[in-house]
Amino acid sequence: MLSKKNKEALFNPLSKDNPVLVQILGICSSLAVTASLEPAIVMGISVIAVLAFSNVIISFLRKTIPTNIRIIVQLVVVAALVIIVQQILTAYQYDVSKQLSVFIGLIITNCILMGRLEAFAMHNSPWPSFLDGVGNGLGYTIILLVVAFFRELLGSGKLFGYQVVPQWCYDHGYENNGLMILAPMALITVGCIIWWHRAHNKDLQEN
Amino acid sequence: MEELNLFIKSIFIDNMIFAYFLGMCSFLAVSKNVKTAFGLGLAVTFMLVVTLPINYLLNKYVLQEGAMTWLSPALAGVDLSFLGLILFIAVIASATQLVEMAVEKFSPSLYASLGIFLPLIAVNCAILGASLFMQQRDFGSAWTATVYGAGSGIGWLLAIVGIAAIREKLAYSDIPKPLRGVGIAFIITGLMGIAFMSFLGIRLG
Repeated sequence: MLSKKNKEALFNPLSKDNPVLVQILGICSSLAVTASLEPAIVMGISVIAVLAFSNVIISFLRKTIPTNIRIIVQLVVVAALVIIVQQILTAYQYDVSKQLSVFIGLIITNCILMGRLEAFAMHNSPWPSFLDGVGNGLGYTIILLVVAFFRELLGSGKLFGYQVVPQWCYDHGYENNGLMILAPMALITVGCIIWWHRAHNKDLQEN
Repeated sequence: MEELNLFIKSIFIDNMIFAYFLGMCSFLAVSKNVKTAFGLGLAVTFMLVVTLPINYLLNKYVLQEGAMTWLSPALAGVDLSFLGLILFIAVIASATQLVEMAVEKFSPSLYASLGIFLPLIAVNCAILGASLFMQQRDFGSAWTATVYGAGSGIGWLLAIVGIAAIREKLAYSDIPKPLRGVGIAFIITGLMGIAFMSFLGIRLG
C-alpha cells in the first residue's frame, strides 16, 4: 500500500520536489488567488481533487492513448473534471467562486496538471499516480497558504477574514500595507519564499 | 475610440503578466534570451488574435443562454455556458495544431524560429484566460474581442521581452546564491509590475 516508492511519490512534492518552488509549475493561479486565505484554501482543495483524479484516469488509460493525440486526451479529461469542480463550487460556495472568477477554469491550463500527467501518470499504475497527485496538490496548497498568510496578514491585518491586528496598533499609527494586496507583491513574496527554501536546500541552488 | 481605449488598457493596465499572472510558466521558462522570448511572444499574440474571435462567436451563437435561438425558437431556453471551458480549450488546441501546420507549409523560416514553441502554446494560460475574460466581460462584437486579443498578446510580448533583456544582463551581477535563477526572476517581475502600475488610470478620449 505505502511502499518506499509510493511514500516518495506522496511526500517528496511537499518540499524537496515542490511543484511551485522547485518544478516552477502552476505559478499563475498560485499568485492570483492568494490575496486572502479563504480563496487560497478552496483553490488548493480544487487542485488536489482535479490533480488526483485526472492522474488516476490518465493512468488507467495510459496504455490505450495514442502518443500523437495524448495532449488533447489529457486536456479533455482535465477539462471535464474542472467543469465538475466549477459546478460544485458555484452550487455550494458561491461567494468564493465569484472571487476566484476565471482561475478555477484556468486549472485546466495549470502546468502542474500537464506536467504531472506527462511525467508520472503516463508511466505509472493508478495507485502511485493517485498518491503523486495528492502529494503535488498538497505541495501546491502549502505554498498557496504561506503566500496568502503573509499577504492577508500584512495587507489587511486579517486572517480568514477575522481581524488579528488589534485596534490599538492602528491607534498608535500602524497602517495596513495596501501594496501587499496588489499583484506585484505576490511575485516578490514567492521570490522570497524560493530564496528561503533554497538557502535551506543547497543542492537546489543554481550557478 | 472605444476599441483604442481597450487596446491600450489591455497592453499596459490589464497586462496579462503583471495584473493577472497568466502564462507565468512559459514566461519564466523561456525568458533566458531575448530572441527566443520574442519568438514565443509573437506566437502567443498570433494565437490570441486567432482564437479570441472564434471563441467569441462560439460563445455568442452556441453557448450563452438563448444563444441558439437562430437555429430554432424551441432552443431559446438552452444554456450551455458550463460547456465553455471544454469548447474553448478544444478550439485552442485544434487552432494551435492548424496554425502549426499552416506555418510549416507556407513559411518554413518562421516555422523554424517558432517551431518548438507552437505546440506549447495550447497550454499557455494567457490564451485560455483571455477567452474566459472575454466570456465574463461580454464584449459587443467579434472585432472588439479581436482587439482585446491583440492588446493582451502585445502586452505579454512586451513583458517577456523586457524580462529576457534584464535576465541577460543579470548574468554579470553578483546575486546571493539561493536567489539565483528563478528567485530573482520572480522579484524582478514583481518590480516590473510595480513600474507598470504607474500606467493605472490612463484613459483615451
